[in-house]
Amino acid sequence: MTQAWALETESLCVSLGGQQVLHELALRLPAGRWTSIVGPNGAGKSTLLRALAGMGHEKGRVLLQGRELHAWNGRARARTMAWLGQNQAAAGEMSVYDVAMLGRLPHQPWLGAPSALDHAAVEQALRRTQSWDWRARSLGQLSGGERQRVLLARALAVQAQVLLMDEPLAHLDPPHQTDWLQCVQELVAQGTTVVSVLHEVSMALQAQELVVIAQGRVLHQGGCADAATHRALEQVFDDRIQVRAIDGQWVALPRLPAPR
Amino acid sequence: MSANPLRPAWLALALLLASLLLLLLGAGVGSTGWESVWRLAAPDADPLAWQIVRDIRLPRTVGAWLAGALLGLAGAVAQGVFRNPLADPYLLGSASGASLGVALAMAALGVSPFALQGLLRLGITGAAFAGAVGAVLLTLLLAKGAHNTMRLLLAGVVVGVVLGAASSMVLMLSPEIMQAMQSFMLGSTSFVGWGACALMAAVLALVVLLAWSLSRVLDGLALGESTALSLGLPLAPLRLLLIVVMALATGTAVAQTGLIAFVGLAAPHLVRSLVRAMHGWLLLLSAGMGAVLLLGADLLARWLIAPQELPVGVLTAVLGGTYLLWLMHRRNVQEIA
Repeated sequence: MTQAWALETESLCVSLGGQQVLHELALRLPAGRWTSIVGPNGAGKSTLLRALAGMGHEKGRVLLQGRELHAWNGRARARTMAWLGQNQAAAGEMSVYDVAMLGRLPHQPWLGAPSALDHAAVEQALRRTQSWDWRARSLGQLSGGERQRVLLARALAVQAQVLLMDEPLAHLDPPHQTDWLQCVQELVAQGTTVVSVLHEVSMALQAQELVVIAQGRVLHQGGCADAATHRALEQVFDDRIQVRAIDGQWVALPRLPAPR
Repeated sequence: MSANPLRPAWLALALLLASLLLLLLGAGVGSTGWESVWRLAAPDADPLAWQIVRDIRLPRTVGAWLAGALLGLAGAVAQGVFRNPLADPYLLGSASGASLGVALAMAALGVSPFALQGLLRLGITGAAFAGAVGAVLLTLLLAKGAHNTMRLLLAGVVVGVVLGAASSMVLMLSPEIMQAMQSFMLGSTSFVGWGACALMAAVLALVVLLAWSLSRVLDGLALGESTALSLGLPLAPLRLLLIVVMALATGTAVAQTGLIAFVGLAAPHLVRSLVRAMHGWLLLLSAGMGAVLLLGADLLARWLIAPQELPVGVLTAVLGGTYLLWLMHRRNVQEIA
């Protein structure tokens, strides 16, 4: 895989319910790196991620590894790019193992039984999210955070080169947020491209690249350590946050008005 | 949900055994009871007894099994496609479409309900089937295809209401068919012959095969449409195919046995409360469960107030309703929803 850009968009427009959400959006996401998309509520973050995943864009182009999305074969695309959505309504009756196995669907022949490779991928994904112990339980028996880890395992089981995640930290407690962070860093070290939408700015700053969007347009794209990126970040949130370095990590803190 | 769900294969075996047992019982339940069966073995075998067993009891017993299987399968497909545990085989308008077809046929032909005379019977079952499938097609047309499930459900409701009103209109204009219509709406297996059985068996084989080969789609859909799309499933055409399977199964069952309530809704629920499995198993088991449920209910309907019999639809409605209530009490409503 020698493509420099994992994902590119050119003049991408998306409307939801008659209202234009993304305006002529142009974006290039580098391969083998972790990019976080941040922006205020309603900026179009999730819509952008869905468009990148090939779900509903009406104008413009989306390119995956240099090839237009609709030129891809569906299954090949699904093997190359995995997507983890927000608030996925989960079928309560399915077992955790079966849910994770769904991630192997694009790898399996139609009606073919899972191969040893599939089982190995599912076990690895479930162990990585510490959900292997519940593999026989049903999704309905798990808490919100536990369920989110299983859904994450489902996305990991695809073993795709590009992994898109929309609010993957929802319902996760702090230790498992740290686990997730570690997992993403490992994936990127192995060459996976990770794109995440995060509302937690400090978490987003752990990424390598940051895309700041507001009102359906890209305001800024740059390295997470760049001062320009920090400025763009503070600006897009109306200077109500400040980016500071603590122990070598960038964090976003609330900026309160000075006490009188 | 039980902590240790049954293995799917065990439930399949249990359903198979129950089916065999009920099929045997089915030969013996009727106005003359087992006597007709015993007499068969006697040297002076009564040809009438043989005829009763062969031409009346057996086909309706087998027919109840087949219609139940069709409805159970259609219910499992409906609940999978719409990701809604309240979905049943009739939700895209099949029931009111079939009713309208039957009402029109009866009014036009001016005949008694399940007339045994070949051509008339064919006319009515044909009208029921055409009505059921036509209603689903109308729903698909109104919803502009199978892209949007919410639109499909709404269109199904609209078609159901409008066609229901139309058949009420037909009923009002020709009140002589009132009683005949009533028995169609309640559902009955009494007039199922071997020809109908063969037809249902052929359709059942086809839809089971089709649905089973599409079970992966239903699995993928379990985590939502977006996830299914991201897994590379071409959702729109496959969903359309599944709806066709559902319409075919429902239309065939309804044409032969009338509007039997609750089997299609309860069978998949019952299966899911017993086993935890992917749709490949779920579909097969729901068909088996539907078959056992309807056959069991049919036998009860024939036996309870013998030599009279209850319309089996009344029994399935009462049993099915009670079962759902019990299910609601056992699990919390949250889990069902």
